[in-house]
Formats: sequence, structure tokens, C-alpha cells
Amino acid sequence: MQPFIKHTGLVAPMDRVNVDTDQMVPKQFLKLQTREGFGRTLFYDWRYLPGEALNPEFPLNFPRYKGASVLLARANFGCGSSREHAPWAILDYGFRSIIAPSYADIFYNNCFKNGILPVTLSDAQVDDLFRRVENQESYRLTVDLENQVITDESGLRIPFEIDPFRRNSLLKGLDDIGLTLEHEPDISAYEKLNPKSAPMYEAVDVKIAAPQT
Amino acid sequence: MAPQTLYEKIWNSHIVREVPGQPSLIYIDRHLIHEGTSPQAFAGLKAAGRKVRRPDLTFAVMDHSVSTKNRLLPVLDADARGQFEALERNCKETGVRLFDMHSRNQGIVHIIGPELGITQPGQTIVCGDSHTSTHGAVGALAFGIGTSEIEHVLATQCLSQAKSKTGLIRFNGKRPKGVTSKDFILTLIGKIGIAGGTGYVFEYAGDAVGALSLEARMTMCNMTIEGGARAGMMAPDETTFKYLEGKPFVPRGKEFQEAVEGWKALASDPGAKYDLVVDIDATKLAPQVTWGTNPGMVTDVTSRVPDPNSFSDPVDKQAAERALVYMDLKAGTPITDIAVDRVFIGSCTNSRIEDLRAAAHVIEGKHVSKHVKQALAVPGSRVVKVQAEKEGLDKIFLDAGFEWRDAGCSMCIGMNDDVLPSGERSASTSNRNFEGRQGKGSRTHLVSPMMAAAAAIEGHFVDIRKWDVNGAE
Ligand code: SF4
Repeated sequence: MQPFIKHTGLVAPMDRVNVDTDQMVPKQFLKLQTREGFGRTLFYDWRYLPGEALNPEFPLNFPRYKGASVLLARANFGCGSSREHAPWAILDYGFRSIIAPSYADIFYNNCFKNGILPVTLSDAQVDDLFRRVENQESYRLTVDLENQVITDESGLRIPFEIDPFRRNSLLKGLDDIGLTLEHEPDISAYEKLNPKSAPMYEAVDVKIAAPQT
Repeated sequence: MAPQTLYEKIWNSHIVREVPGQPSLIYIDRHLIHEGTSPQAFAGLKAAGRKVRRPDLTFAVMDHSVSTKNRLLPVLDADARGQFEALERNCKETGVRLFDMHSRNQGIVHIIGPELGITQPGQTIVCGDSHTSTHGAVGALAFGIGTSEIEHVLATQCLSQAKSKTGLIRFNGKRPKGVTSKDFILTLIGKIGIAGGTGYVFEYAGDAVGALSLEARMTMCNMTIEGGARAGMMAPDETTFKYLEGKPFVPRGKEFQEAVEGWKALASDPGAKYDLVVDIDATKLAPQVTWGTNPGMVTDVTSRVPDPNSFSDPVDKQAAERALVYMDLKAGTPITDIAVDRVFIGSCTNSRIEDLRAAAHVIEGKHVSKHVKQALAVPGSRVVKVQAEKEGLDKIFLDAGFEWRDAGCSMCIGMNDDVLPSGERSASTSNRNFEGRQGKGSRTHLVSPMMAAAAAIEGHFVDIRKWDVNGAE
């Protein structure tokens, strides 16, 4: 996974509460088999008019937000479906960090698995950032995970909290699975003490594929 | 030892590794998989040269994109076909059991897990799907995960998790006729909001919950995620044990008795502490209908579409304004004046046999309104379908003008060709009324199966309590 240490970029506003993951990647794109290429689908039904023409009224399409890489959002961002296609799309579009007052649990978790830093600030701080973005063209923020602070070019400084474990994983771009596999002896010991199985007591119509070799 | 909650008991018995200040490594007893969110996980696993650690604890099914019409015809949608083929290939290569689209036991993943007894009390259960919370109704800790976590569980049979806060939600008193567990959960979400449960695991209790069938409890756990809580659960009781006995993956005879003894000990201890307690008077509840674009935008069938100005919070006001535009509704319209174009009875929320019985009871001897363009009855699994046909429910649906379909997610998400057209309005027994959920531009109203059935007959919402629903539940 791509590490996240510090990122400076143009900020784009997404001024809606409860943006659900169905909006980030609508169902028709859930049939693909890759993790790449979802940037095109981000906020599909809001972003495009019929025929995939850009909807000029949708903020992400405003020329001033072209190339944005920090997404400023509202409360309960990423609610609904667990689809990881949502953070894939956000990343592929070019966003490296999200700033919002709150996130839905599964989405929040999924961001960290993809090298995206979701920063949580208070409502008042987020309100203030929305004002700054609106009032100032080319408004840029630096999101510094190492020092847990957000800064802008005019001297704004907002410290933020983050779980130290998540912070460390993101800073180093750690491979979660690799980390867990280092504890293989613990897993085996647990399995020995707590044998788990799923025997079938009555035949059902399931294909049991060839055992692993 | 301090008194423990059901959640804490399950959590504690699944800790593989615990380090203060870090998430714990938790063992996963059952990993369920469907075609939509798993291909990237298998691909990642393969790319890293890793294996599925416990294929014997992993179960796969095709549900999201399957046709609910004739499944013997070739799959024309190339992307969907690609996912089916990928799932089949991945299962074959790794030894994971697969209920493919032709299996007699195929169905929506959250329907077939409990139905086959794959999911049992005391287990940890995950699936790359937010409605995994459904399985908590048997007394398990069940929650949805993302694709990276699917890969993690495939490789390690574990997940790295931080402990959740616990909420005790009690529904007290006797449930009125015509009010279902769907109305319980919609009422709760309306009360706490769709983010009200963020960071929590909810345990449902109270005599009104105890009196519910296990299937009805599943409806509540299913929609728990719509209130922001990742998991919902109920302590296993006699209703649970009776439901599970004889299921294909549930032990038999003496082994079953032993299992039941263990399951009984799972109930929260008296005096166990919760971070949040909510009490709801079940005797006062009414059938619910959503009017907006998330499940928290909900009201009693007897009320009216709310005026955005009635919300004190400017954020809520703005969201309501937006929702009314999308839904093409005017503030002050009585809910029962809202006409529907299509009716969908199905989804992992409400497509079990009891749901179909309730809907069939409501429509028996009547006919779908001529203003309704389509009414769909989609059983949650093929086992449910066979059972319904044995009881003659298919005939009741067909005679009333419903379409009777094969099992799958169908119009809940519209990934197959069961799509709600743009601008049209549905009465739906599913769980999400997000913009575009049932099809781009579609307008969804979430209701219970009886309410959906009655809306199909009348062409608009009606207060089901005014109908004879004796025997419908
Ligand atoms: S029925 Fe709907 S909510 Fe349930 S698993 Fe299928 S798509 Fe998801």
C-alpha cells in the first residue's frame, strides 16, 4: 500500500451530509473485477449528464477544482454499502485525503486500507474550511500525518487526532495481511485450543471444489 | 468477573492476540462471500502468492447479479458473467464451497446463511457486504467488511478489529397488529438518525423483541447498519434453538443439546453495562413509510410528508429539501396519498417465508391496482421459493397480478435487469432508499411486506391496520 506521510493539494468541497457509497460508485460499476479505473465512476449520477457529458453544476466539475486532491466533506461521509469501490474511486480520481466531521465505520476503515487519510475535525472547523475554499480560488491545504496537523499557506494550523495504530500503518504503508501473518503461531495456537469446523449434517446442493494442493 | 454483555462474551472468546493500545486480532468462524465484492480479494491473494487458510469455514454464493427469470438462459451481461465465472474459478482453485446460481440452495447470502444453519450463535461472521449484520439475529457477532478485509480473512481467518461501544435497544410491551419488526427498526433509525449507531454494536431486547420470530428478528439486525451500527444482535433463546434445530449445518441429537447449553450461556449477564440504552414503547408504534432518500427519513403511515422548515437543524432542513426534490414530493402530502408505480417484495430484509406469507395473506382474493405497472415477489432463496410453492403462495401472488420470480437480490439493488425506471416510485420491502438505489433516478419508499402488498392492491400507501391482518403474521 502507498504510504501517507504528508500531502499538499487543491481542496474540493462536497457540501452534502450523509453521502453514501452508492453515490460514490453506483451499482452498474460493481461488476468489474479490478481495483483500478474507478475514478471515472466517482459520483457518477451527480457528476454526469446523459451521455457522460460533465454536469456543469456539480462542484467537482468546476474548473477551479480541477486537479483537487483533498476532499472536504460533511458528516457521516461514506454511509451505506461496504463497497471498497468507493475508496478505490476516490483514490483513482486523485484524492489522497478527506476532511469531514464524521465518517461511517466501514468506509472509514476501507480508506486506511488504500492509503487514503480520512481526517476528522469538528463541525465548526469543517465549516470554516468550507468558507475558505469558497472564498479563495486555488485554496490548498497541507495534511501532515506525521505531525497530525493541517495547515494552509496563510498560517492556518489545525491539529487533529487519529488512532496511533492506524497512523503508524498509514505512515509506513504497511501490508496488513503480512503483519497478521507474522502472528501465525498465535493463530495456530488459537485454532488448536478452539477447533473450528463447519460439518454438513444433511446434504445440501453445494459444489465442494477440489481440495487445495 | 464483571458482568458481560453478549457482545463482550463473543468478542472475548475470539481474541487471538491482544496488545494494549492496538486493535485486537479476532478469529473469524464463518466467512461468507458473494460475486460482487470478492474477485479483487482473490486476485490480491493470488498476486501475493497466498492461500485461503480455511476454505472449510468459507462459503460462497451467487446472488447480486443473478437473473430472477430463466436462469438456464446464457448470461448476456458480460461483466456479470465475468464475475460469476471468476467466483466459480476462485472457489474451484481454493476449495471454497460454492452455491452457484443453479444450486437448489442458492439465495441471497444473508438469507441462506441462517437458513442452512451455517451461521450459529456465538460465532463471529463476516462478509463483504454491509447487511451481514442480519446474522446477528441468531446471537452472533456479524458485520460487513471491505474487499481488503475479505482478502485478509481469506489469508489469515482473522481480522484486526477495535472493540465497539455497546448499545442496548429495548422494545417494550406488546406489538400492535399490523406493526412488524420492519417498523421497529425503521422507527429506531428515524429516532437516532442514520449515523446514530456509528461505532456501536446494538443488542436488541425487551418483551416485544422476545416475542418476535427469528425471521422477524433478522429484519431488525439486517437494517441495523442503516442506523450506522455495524452489527446488531439478540441473545439466543428458545425461539433461536427451535429455528436452528434440524438445519443442514447444525449438529444433531446429543451434540445439539450440548451446543444449546453453550448457547444459553451467551445471554448478557444481569447488570452488564452498555454505553447507550434506548427504550422504545412498542405498543405505540405504527406502520412506517420512508419519504426521503435515506432510511432515517421515515414517518408513520398516518402522517404527512414533513415540511423541511419543521427541522430545527439547518443541515437536516437542507437534506429534507433536497430529498423532497429528488422524491418529487410536496411537504404536507398525506403519506396515504402517495401513489406507487411498482412494488417490490424481496431482498435480504424481507424475503423469507414469513414475509411472503404475510404479503400473500394481504393480497389473497384481491388484484394489483391497474395503476401499478409491476409488482414483483422475489423469494430470498430457492428453499424459500420451494416452500412458498408448496403452500400455494406463488398462486396467490400470480392470481393477484404479481410476478413470481427466482431467488436473488433483484430490485433491491438493480444489478440484474430488475430495475426501477427513472422517475418511478416504488413501495419496496428492501433496506435502502438512497438516490438511484433501485435504478438511476428511481424513488424508493421502504415499508414492511404487508404494507407493500397493500400498496400494490390500492396503488397508493394504506394503513394496513385498517385491514384484516389476523393470520397475516
Ligand atoms: S438483497 Fe440488497 S441489501 Fe441484501 S445483499 Fe442483496 S443487494 Fe445487498
